Amino acid sequence: MHDVNPSTRRRFLGLAGSAALCGTVPIVTLRRAEATPAMLASAIRNVVGEADVHTGKVKLDIPPLVENGNTVPLTVSVASPMTADDYVKSIHVFNEKNPQPNIGNFYLGPQSGRAQVSTRIRLADSQKIVAIAQLSDGSFWSTTVDVVVTLAACTEEVL
Amino acid sequence: MPSALINVPAKAKRGDIIEIKALMSHIMETGYRRTAAGDVVPRDIITSFACRYNGSEIFRAEFFPAIAANPFISFFTVAKESGKFEFEWIGDKGFSETASASITVA
Repeated sequence: MHDVNPSTRRRFLGLAGSAALCGTVPIVTLRRAEATPAMLASAIRNVVGEADVHTGKVKLDIPPLVENGNTVPLTVSVASPMTADDYVKSIHVFNEKNPQPNIGNFYLGPQSGRAQVSTRIRLADSQKIVAIAQLSDGSFWSTTVDVVVTLAACTEEVL
Repeated sequence: MPSALINVPAKAKRGDIIEIKALMSHIMETGYRRTAAGDVVPRDIITSFACRYNGSEIFRAEFFPAIAANPFISFFTVAKESGKFEFEWIGDKGFSETASASITVA
């Protein structure tokens, strides 16, 4: 083990990992498909319209350092009593650098009891994740988390 | 053959907040990958998920290609009465699957 150059070994493992993950379909890159911060902003506008988005109330749980971008656990929770007149209507999750800015939209109601959803997502790069919640009074609340991804999801693998 | 994994507590006390977990096997092909020949692999994803509790919708989600393969979703609801949860996944290429689970509320 001592005579293996660590950088070569790391690169080899990285490539081997990518190859294994994308094994079902051989991939070549012809162009870089990537959402831009402008696309992120317009995707958010599509949801919130002209309303102000406040910071707070929303909590986004995602590992700060992701080894495998193909499946990243994500939990969004919102501080809300979830009563008939004060509840979370919807939760929207966005990203900055995947090919598309949207990740998922989740619709809740007072019957949910707790404003929390979990899923698993793909991340094509180290980037910002934004979660926005719409409350029953029409206000929007958001939070942003930075995530570092070491092995990107197979959207644009360079082989 | 698509298959679903559902996790709903078999029993709950009235008024309890219970967690529901649902996983559907699906490739969730993003539509952004290309084959060695340079052809785009067409998008094939589940686009929507819904859960009904004794007939009324309690949760709905819209998925995009950024949702990982075999989409997993977990959410909460208040256990109101004994009955049935029905789950429905709809996606590209005519994908449509359902599953159900029962609960006894004391």
